[in-house]
Amino acid sequence: MTEHDHILPTRVYYLIFGTLMLCTYLTVQAAFLDLGPFNTLVAMAIAVLKATLVILFFMHVKYSSRLTWAVVIGALFFLGILFALTMNDYLTRGWH
Amino acid sequence: MPEAVHHSDALAHQFDSLEQQKEAATLGMWVFLVTEILFFGGLFLTYAVYRNWYPDAFEAGSHAMLIWAGTTNTAVLITSSLTMALAVHAAQTGRRGALMLFLVLTMILGTVFLGIKAFEYYTEFTEHHVPGAGFHLEGPEFYHAQLFFSLYFVMTGIHAAHMIIGLGIMAVMLWWSWKGVITKDYYNPIEVSGLYWHFVDIIWIFLFPLLYLIGRHAH
Repeated sequence: MTEHDHILPTRVYYLIFGTLMLCTYLTVQAAFLDLGPFNTLVAMAIAVLKATLVILFFMHVKYSSRLTWAVVIGALFFLGILFALTMNDYLTRGWH
Repeated sequence: MPEAVHHSDALAHQFDSLEQQKEAATLGMWVFLVTEILFFGGLFLTYAVYRNWYPDAFEAGSHAMLIWAGTTNTAVLITSSLTMALAVHAAQTGRRGALMLFLVLTMILGTVFLGIKAFEYYTEFTEHHVPGAGFHLEGPEFYHAQLFFSLYFVMTGIHAAHMIIGLGIMAVMLWWSWKGVITKDYYNPIEVSGLYWHFVDIIWIFLFPLLYLIGRHAH
């Protein structure tokens, strides 16, 4: 342990856990409502929120170095390229 | 350097400080997780392309999933992430007993997840939801629903393989904690094992709605 370590109080972990459980309940409830195309949007928005909370707090990225931030953002950037360039093809094949 | 001598057990000689050593371990794990993100990314992309082509078949396939099992497993995995985070916290504060307790709890929850998953696979095998000559699903989307089930088995199968590897890692961490390798000066193995465990949790956070929740409202 060094003086630069960020040891979070355990209540932060319990709070994030509670939020993740609440989000799980909400996403299941939302799935039974007919929201048209928004069903997928709501489900993905909640999943992204849950993943963000896990990354920032459980995985300590909020308190990590800028180099770690760069690696995490870089991964998401390349994932974005993978999706954007591929769907750019598949989603536009019906256009005439 | 008296400080280096003081930390000689925990500090490997190629690092200047414990802080730098921890930074290197964390960064290294994240670089590995980047390859994992893109590995699973390819599967999620395949899912997106085929669901876009056969939305009705995907909804019909998803409707055949055991939603109670998927929801329970989501709760189980989130709870295991909590116990993992508490294990790291126990390591940081040098509480060996608590560390071992939370590692065991994490392993138990991981095993419960795999048990429920195995029950689901068993149910799907007996209901002929495995793609191939014996596949059967009521309704007009019978044929293309096999795409959904192919992706379901591959994605959850690879996820389950990661869980099994995670349990192996946790067993080693438990062994190291027992032997006293893990101290509050040197808990990097617990920290990076936690990163891996949380990553596997995140994959499930996306698999759950995409496989279990689509098309629930339609029936």
